[in-house]
Amino acid sequence: MSTAVDSRRGAAATTAEARTAGLLGRLGWAVADGWVMAGRNMRHVVRSPEEIVLYFTLPIMFVLVFGYVFGSGMAVPGNGNYREFLLPGVFVMTMLYGLGATASAVAVDASRGVVDRFRSMPMARSALLTGRAGADLARAVLELATLVVCGLLVGWRWRNGLGDALTAMSLVLLLRLALTWVGILFGLLVPNPDTVAVIVFPLAFPLTALSNVFVAPDLLPRWLGAVAAWNPLSATVAAARELFGNPGIGGESWAAQHPLVLAVGWPVLLIVLVAPLAVRRYQRLSR
Amino acid sequence: MTYETSAVVAEGLRKSYGGTPALGGFDLTVPTGTVCGLLGPNGAGKTTAVRILATLLRFDAGHARVAGHDVTRHPDRVRALVGLTGQYAAVDEILSGRQNLILFGRLRHLPARVARRRADELLDQFGLADVADRSAGAYSGGMRRRLDLAASLITTPRVLFLDEPTTGLDPRSRNGLWEAVRSLVADGTTVLLTTQYLEEADQLADRISVVDSGRVVAEGTSAELKARIGEDRIELVVRHGAQLPAAAGIVERVTGGPVTSDAEIRQLSAPVVDRIGALADVMRALQDHDIAVEDVVLRRPTLDEAFLRLTGQRSAGPREEVAV
Repeated sequence: MSTAVDSRRGAAATTAEARTAGLLGRLGWAVADGWVMAGRNMRHVVRSPEEIVLYFTLPIMFVLVFGYVFGSGMAVPGNGNYREFLLPGVFVMTMLYGLGATASAVAVDASRGVVDRFRSMPMARSALLTGRAGADLARAVLELATLVVCGLLVGWRWRNGLGDALTAMSLVLLLRLALTWVGILFGLLVPNPDTVAVIVFPLAFPLTALSNVFVAPDLLPRWLGAVAAWNPLSATVAAARELFGNPGIGGESWAAQHPLVLAVGWPVLLIVLVAPLAVRRYQRLSR
Repeated sequence: MTYETSAVVAEGLRKSYGGTPALGGFDLTVPTGTVCGLLGPNGAGKTTAVRILATLLRFDAGHARVAGHDVTRHPDRVRALVGLTGQYAAVDEILSGRQNLILFGRLRHLPARVARRRADELLDQFGLADVADRSAGAYSGGMRRRLDLAASLITTPRVLFLDEPTTGLDPRSRNGLWEAVRSLVADGTTVLLTTQYLEEADQLADRISVVDSGRVVAEGTSAELKARIGEDRIELVVRHGAQLPAAAGIVERVTGGPVTSDAEIRQLSAPVVDRIGALADVMRALQDHDIAVEDVVLRRPTLDEAFLRLTGQRSAGPREEVAV
């Protein structure tokens, strides 16, 4: 078996390389391994096309239900177009609900034997999780594209030029990345993959209700209004409305006055806090 | 990097799960280039030991070195040199067999082209080329286990852990897997194998360590252990009770062992060394003397009896799982 001998030499060479390359090399491998794992997750989707349908149904449903069913009964501050007001909120809401898919995918992975193989291999410990985050970000790009097309069809427009519009979409995706890490941690904490979907909805729903997605926080009771104003979702929604040139809510609080700062700050803070926790939790699985 | 004389060294490993001890002072040494069988019933601690040595599980006390590296201090170095094929096939069930092998090759940092070529070689070698593009989830148990083993061999491991590799396999798949393991050993890989079957340990292992209640309770070559466990026996029932003494004489002459007979149930019993040979010889000799036989069995000591003889006490493992 000359090939086996060759590959043994190869293994010895790669381990030697990995040791000499040091920290920078480790980081490089961590990125490379994460990239390979993201490819694995995307291949899963390609092999089960029925899942792709799900990618598109939720965004389309959100636009139709909230734009036409609820929209008919709502007035927008400053007499703006309700659907223009609504769409940035629907963008963010779709990102939030993506957290459920992330969490169940991670929980299913963690419950399978294949995780033992990943953990017994000389690969970056973070790769399973960064690969999940990467694949789910790709999914979010598809969902956002669907939302934009639907939005344009129902009369939503961006009014401050393409540059600002792309910045707004980047902020929405940044929030999704942060929520993905929350979903990953969540998926690692639940003992049973079947319970994930059941738990995520009751947690996610109040988050959208207590934000500026549908109503102005200033109209809520004082303490609830403060929660809604500082809600990370509100920050991204307000920033997106501003950048798209869509009608906004405004407000007196510091949070409402500085949506751009918070739309960057909140997601970055979440990632910095949650991602290391998730990697740590993964390393301690079944230990 | 130096080759050590012992590929696996475990000293006084202790591990308990929430107060329930799984390992209580587990010692094991496996010389480089040999096959060691860990034999014991379910719950004896075999899997716990293997998971610790494969860096999957932390332990409470003791030391473990694998392929020359401490598993606690340098788990990454150990991981680069070992392969693990577990009781439950650790493959991605959605991906195809080929995609699985390419994925694991890429994660072992083979360049994409090399990973693809290696995947094709392994698919051929393990007879999976025909189903290479089908989802691993649709594979039969035997195919999945072969894929799992192939995944451990993408780069030839210095030490291979096989945790009950043939449990639940039909005899043909089992023989195929044994063949693969033998050719790997011929290439110099050290193998640590856990099994509930003495026959499997006998087929593959140079030395066998018998595990019970989280400790190695007996150790030796297969022949040494068998001598301590006691021989297999042939048991037969003759049709006519009047022929029993004559039959006993013939059986004693053929097997060479002391024959015990029970006139009430017309049964003879004698120890045998060469199982099938003895069976054929005994049956031929009885036929030559026109002695009719109603029933014949070759009986091995059960693992339970083996434990009793090796350790002087019954196994603490669950009764119904043991078999030899």
